[in-house]
Amino acid sequence: MKRRAWLSWLWFAIGIVYFFLPLAATFLFSLKGKKGVLSFVAYEHVFADPQFLKTFGFSLEMAVFTVAAGLLLIVPTAIWIHLKVPKAKPLIEFFTLLPFVIPPIILAFGLIRSFSKPPLALVSSPVLLVVGYVIISFPYIYRSVDAGLRAMDLRGLSEAAQSLGSGWTRLIFSVVLPNLRTALLSAVFLTFAIVIGELTLAVLLAWPAFGPYMALMGRNLAYEPAALAILSFAMTWGAIGLIQLVTKSGKDKSSGIGVGAH
Amino acid sequence: MTALDERNDPDPADKSPPDPMGHVPRAARRKEGLAWLGLLPFFVFVFLFMLLPVASIFTGSFQDASGAFTLKNFEHLFRPNILNSYLVTIRVSATTAVLGGALGFLIAYAISLGGLPRPLRSFMSTFAGVASNFAGVPLAFAFIATLGRMGLVTVLLRSFFGIDLYDKGFNLYSFWGLVFTYTYFQIPLMILIILPALDGMKKEWREASENLGASSLQYWLHVGIPVLLPSLLAALILLFGNAFGAYATAYALTGGLINLVPILIGAQIRGNVLHDANLGYTLALGMVIIMTFSIALYSWLQRISSRWVK
Repeated sequence: MKRRAWLSWLWFAIGIVYFFLPLAATFLFSLKGKKGVLSFVAYEHVFADPQFLKTFGFSLEMAVFTVAAGLLLIVPTAIWIHLKVPKAKPLIEFFTLLPFVIPPIILAFGLIRSFSKPPLALVSSPVLLVVGYVIISFPYIYRSVDAGLRAMDLRGLSEAAQSLGSGWTRLIFSVVLPNLRTALLSAVFLTFAIVIGELTLAVLLAWPAFGPYMALMGRNLAYEPAALAILSFAMTWGAIGLIQLVTKSGKDKSSGIGVGAH
Repeated sequence: MTALDERNDPDPADKSPPDPMGHVPRAARRKEGLAWLGLLPFFVFVFLFMLLPVASIFTGSFQDASGAFTLKNFEHLFRPNILNSYLVTIRVSATTAVLGGALGFLIAYAISLGGLPRPLRSFMSTFAGVASNFAGVPLAFAFIATLGRMGLVTVLLRSFFGIDLYDKGFNLYSFWGLVFTYTYFQIPLMILIILPALDGMKKEWREASENLGASSLQYWLHVGIPVLLPSLLAALILLFGNAFGAYATAYALTGGLINLVPILIGAQIRGNVLHDANLGYTLALGMVIIMTFSIALYSWLQRISSRWVK
């Protein structure tokens, strides 16, 4: 086995180069905003652009609604399955993983076609965007919540709580949800990371979101897009880093696989 | 399935005294039926906002502009430029799946069984989680800064080695540019998918085959590859589908000027290139069919590989 170790190092090194070279190049590029010197002037331009704050704020708002709606839908469903209808689990798992393989472009197309005329003419309302985002973030939210529910003895806890005389509300709010805290937090961070930079749905439903704004910058400017890329990478790192921090041990396998966001 | 699942499995109904004939008491069965009702909000949402939209693309591709039934849209699929866009998309997806899959596998092998220090593994798998989410617009910008005309690598190669990539026919906004860019999210995705399969390869298998006198080649030929093959193929299919549906990266990289299926569909929706709405549905249906086929193949392979990987 020992004689192969250098090969392992080689592949590892190739991986590191492939991952970090573009990041290093982007960072260097982002510093070239002023001719001849390295400076953060491109970042200053980005932050000074009122459109930056406006679109970022819009996407942030959409992310908040997405997280709220997604959790409201998934958390009760997941708890209900674990407690009452374990038979439904494979079915729910299937439907929550489906968005991984439905390309966002297909989802956007279908949503526009289905909701552009009465009875449900939602196409010009941000509700449709949020609904699409909830679908896209299904796999992340469900997997986090499910992992959290598996990690606790939900049945035992609920029996204990109920035999001590607590009702349903009490059980959910003082027993289950506090135990789900880390799972919920990782679902929230992942959803934020995905929604804020999302392009496809935002472009096709014509909303002034952060993703389309970045794409527009890329068409017109040279150094500011690089700065935006670095900022956005830092945000993803931040979100994933926070998840690692709250889940602490590496036992939780629910860290996100980014299928479908491309 | 784990012990945890089994604990969750028994029905609440099981707590009522068992029927002497072994039947589930009718009251309990009705209670279970009522419990399914609790899932209604979820299913209504999924039906309205996921199944209905995808199904509407299906029906739309069999209709003409006035809504009447037609098969004409499918003839359009064989127009040279449409056929060509499918071929280009399939070539890009297959190339990035194989390239990203191979590199991802070798890196995953290096950090799992290759004898690298433990911290490198956790670093790489955490980083893969981040990098696989680093896609879309920012990724396109990163590659413009790296391999674009003024990109770091392009400039370095030109000024230190006298190699001008763009004189040699390379263009970030064409086939190989897309391939390099997509590979950036394909490699980490492969690492994340294949690591569990590699972890399932037991050391004892290798030891046993070595004790029986097998060479490294024989071990791989008769044990390693047969065990890993279903997971590998399943992972490749996932990577293929992932690249096939990618819109954001291609859009940001080429400004929507490359002949890929998702880009064509996008242009169709935005109504600035094709004006034949139902052609858009047919394009999308072609994509749905390819995706459905991939999912079916994927889940079949998953079932096979689950014999080995727990």
